[in-house]
Amino acid sequence: MSVGDYIRESQIWKSIFRHPAPYDRRNRIVVVLTNFFLHLHPVSIKQNGIALSYTWCMGGITFFLFLAETITGVLLMFYYRPTLEWAFTDILALRDVTTLGIMREIHRWGAHAMVITVWLHMYRVFLTGSYKPPREFNWVIGVILLVLTLLLSFTGYLLPWDQLAIWAITVGSNMARATPFLGHEGPGYQLLNLGGYDLITKVSDARFLLLGAREVGEETLNRFYILHCVAIPLVVASLIAIHFWRVRKDGGISQPL
Amino acid sequence: MTGPHPNLTPSVIFGLGFLYLILFCMNVAWTVRSYKKDGEVHLPSLLGGGHAPFALWWGLYSALLSMVTFAHFTGSGNPDQFLISLPDFIKAPIDALVADPRLFFGITLLIFIGIIVFRRRLATPTAGWILLNAALLFLILSMTDYDFRQIVGKPDNVPIVAMLFIVGFFTWLYFNRANENDERAAKGLPPKESENNEKILVWPDLVYSELICMIALTAFLFFWGVCLQAPLEEPASSVKTPNPSKAPWYFLGLQEMLVYYDPWLAGVVFPSVILGGLMALPYIDFNKKGNGYYTFNERKFAVSVFLFGFLPLWVGMIILGTFLRGPNWNTFGIYEFWDVHKLEALNNINLSEYFWGGFGMALPTNPLIREVPGIMLTLAYLVFMPQLLAATVFRTFAYRMGFLRYMVFSNLVLLMAALPIKMVLRWSLQLKYIVAIPEYFFNI
Repeated sequence: MSVGDYIRESQIWKSIFRHPAPYDRRNRIVVVLTNFFLHLHPVSIKQNGIALSYTWCMGGITFFLFLAETITGVLLMFYYRPTLEWAFTDILALRDVTTLGIMREIHRWGAHAMVITVWLHMYRVFLTGSYKPPREFNWVIGVILLVLTLLLSFTGYLLPWDQLAIWAITVGSNMARATPFLGHEGPGYQLLNLGGYDLITKVSDARFLLLGAREVGEETLNRFYILHCVAIPLVVASLIAIHFWRVRKDGGISQPL
Repeated sequence: MTGPHPNLTPSVIFGLGFLYLILFCMNVAWTVRSYKKDGEVHLPSLLGGGHAPFALWWGLYSALLSMVTFAHFTGSGNPDQFLISLPDFIKAPIDALVADPRLFFGITLLIFIGIIVFRRRLATPTAGWILLNAALLFLILSMTDYDFRQIVGKPDNVPIVAMLFIVGFFTWLYFNRANENDERAAKGLPPKESENNEKILVWPDLVYSELICMIALTAFLFFWGVCLQAPLEEPASSVKTPNPSKAPWYFLGLQEMLVYYDPWLAGVVFPSVILGGLMALPYIDFNKKGNGYYTFNERKFAVSVFLFGFLPLWVGMIILGTFLRGPNWNTFGIYEFWDVHKLEALNNINLSEYFWGGFGMALPTNPLIREVPGIMLTLAYLVFMPQLLAATVFRTFAYRMGFLRYMVFSNLVLLMAALPIKMVLRWSLQLKYIVAIPEYFFNI
């Protein structure tokens, strides 16, 4: 008996994998059905559906990048402190002295790549007409995921707390004060008042909600940190699950109907 | 001697040598491919006539590239006498073309129309390879310019340069596949995707490609992270405003809209409309054809509108915002120094001033009366235009979509067209606002 067979026949191996090695047709089916990570897939698939020049693989790459961002992001969270005192110096140290400081490079470039791949995924889905019935709603979920990807990137942009960060966020969040009705420089905000007192002011409008202060400051850093590391990833992870589930339920990966 | 902003330095020349080396290797591979696949061509009588493989041209081109590469590796010691760089008489007209938003938008529009009109000629492997070579040569030659290197070499801009090539490639790939299917459809054949479409097992055929893809991407991310440091500027300071202040690159299309519309439209309403429109897309598009395969002929309108939104309006405006907008949000050529003191005259006029001034009257004090012409025009655009379109160009759409679907559709199209319309009005009439009620922050 070879070492490989000895391991595969052991009680420990069998307790983890629950099926023999996928050497024959039967067990290649069983492995997909019984493995938690593989059960996202169907057992069999149309071969043209996974041809690279057809599917571009961009949805899968986006998901991979999301996982890579999660792993590098968690590692960065062990090091980085979202305070005015430490944020910038921590990033500086990640660049110059910290072991595995390259995690920040991977995290940032992965984020840019994810924005691009999510666009390209949408591009492919549109160009193959894969949003058409019965996949309409999954397209809608996809658009929400696209927005959340941009918001993840946007909230993360602030965290290094350098000039690039705060001014990009300042420019971006200045839009919020022009929100119709809800921004203190938006059309129609005067309509929201009680007994002559404006409800929408500098300290109660949409921009204040976003920043947690009148200007981009420590409150904003904290707010964006929570959004970036906890709130948005949770929503994204849930929506990804639904997105994948719907792919299976709506007829599998796209193919000519 | 080299100045403070030298176009060529020994390290630049040596570095560009590596880019030429990559281009050379790519073209050697392409020559081999061409030799196997492209067949033969007639040689001109000057070269002796007769037949030769088409790959001969690629071979000659590769040989030229090898010489250029060699020149870069050996001639880097003497930048002053190095000849391979972009001359000023080419830079100047390119700068003049791209530094004017009107011309820039016109060019992107022409490219977009050209892609659709010449899709059969452009979406062939040879044409694609020529375009890629042209783009890469343009990029590498432009790198010999100091100011070009400053803007393209910003770490955060590197992904955008890459994105341009990636988007170009996938657009090419789409038309390549769509042309093939359209030709098949013309012969009465089903799309290529339906042919030989056997079911195969996910293990091993899919999971192994996923594994390979994951390993390759991990390696790629590490490679990218090692080669290019993530940007980190000076510590944040709320008193030192950088000029220009730019949003993250993927929002620069929206920031560019601020030139033409106020923040409440450009920053809030239009982004919401874009997202709402994208979400509404599957419920508006009633065309059942083209589901799950590439085609252009079967969905001409839908694909053209989407490509118009994605290529000139979204990607094009990101290019404009990233590479061409400098201090004070003025436009600069790609080889132009970002001069903070560059002045551009801004004397834009509101529609109401045009209107009442045309009658020789003073502006009415009541803003609602003052802005009557603009308000009427806006209402007409959003309320009567759909009816007009339904009776004319969108007749079949209006009939087949039903009232509600058609109203959503036509308003989305009109709002999408609102940006280019306002651009043209600004450029031709110096129009500032169609409706200007700054008292209520209500400017359109």
